[in-house]
Amino acid sequence: MQLRGLRIKAFRAAFPYTIPIFAGFWFLGLAYGIYMNVSGFSFLYPMLMSLTIFGGSLEFVAITMLLSPFAPLQTFIMTLMIQVRHLFYGIAMLERYKGLGWKRAYLIFGMCDETFSINYTAKIPEGVDRGWFLFFVTLLNHFYWVFGATLGGIAGSFLRFNTEGVDFVMTAMFVVIFLEQWLKEKKHYTAFIGIGAAVLCLFCFGEDSFMVPTMLCILFGLTVLRAPIEKAGGFS
Amino acid sequence: MMSVSEQMITIAICVLGTMATRFLPFFVFSSKRPTPKYIQYLGKALPAAIFGMLVVYCLKHVNIWSGSHGIAELLSIGVTAALHLWRRKMLLSIGGGTVCYMLLVQLVF
Repeated sequence: MQLRGLRIKAFRAAFPYTIPIFAGFWFLGLAYGIYMNVSGFSFLYPMLMSLTIFGGSLEFVAITMLLSPFAPLQTFIMTLMIQVRHLFYGIAMLERYKGLGWKRAYLIFGMCDETFSINYTAKIPEGVDRGWFLFFVTLLNHFYWVFGATLGGIAGSFLRFNTEGVDFVMTAMFVVIFLEQWLKEKKHYTAFIGIGAAVLCLFCFGEDSFMVPTMLCILFGLTVLRAPIEKAGGFS
Repeated sequence: MMSVSEQMITIAICVLGTMATRFLPFFVFSSKRPTPKYIQYLGKALPAAIFGMLVVYCLKHVNIWSGSHGIAELLSIGVTAALHLWRRKMLLSIGGGTVCYMLLVQLVF
């Protein structure tokens, strides 16, 4: 009974944070399922892939991979290139995901961009169990994505309504999360390094291959400017 | 065209690669030993840079030289930020910015 109360309380605290993700994942997942549907795959494919990969951009690329000749090594390298940013999330979450028992494995498994962003920034209310809160954020986001992708895979070709622009919900969410982080800091060295490196590398390397150089630039910037950044402090 | 088993292997490789990037830091820096100071520093300094990077990542398709020149995106981000600074209600800011963007791309551009 006590555990049940603990879980309900954590669920209630976690759910509001995931509403924007619900809107975004439902739509993006649907788009992904429809795309797979029109590419000639059964709904079982988007369902299985959204459940096990749980990483939006890779799943879209994987459609092209599945339609091309079998190339396991190329698939593996491509996957690492697209997903390499997760290394940063892991480093940021090392301390926060400590001591959470069996939940920890699932939290790491489900650490996509959106789940990481919420679990890193959310202010968990007092009296709410941290482990269950993080767990429910991850589980709900995972569920929305699988739900959208499966629905798109089943009903894909029948749905017709003007949802153009709904995908901006993800951009808006990252803008808000960025702003929250910005308001917490006294100095904004790292925020400038992140935006500056990404914009610079986007112009130099193009949209398909700018993430790895961006991450290297961020690491370089943070390492060179470690003294002033640590002095400014103000980390959350 | 791939056979079903080749498709399953391809999907499994995608899962494996993704999980490698998500789990690696936790394996390298085990919770039993103290995390090196430099990694602890990165853990604290990275998020602000990551969130900046993710905003740019979402906007990577925007071409400022053609189409609507990214005006719809810029305006909608402005609306999102203004709403957020005004009320600091996450859902209001995200919802307002998204509706603004949908109206702009469906009716104006």
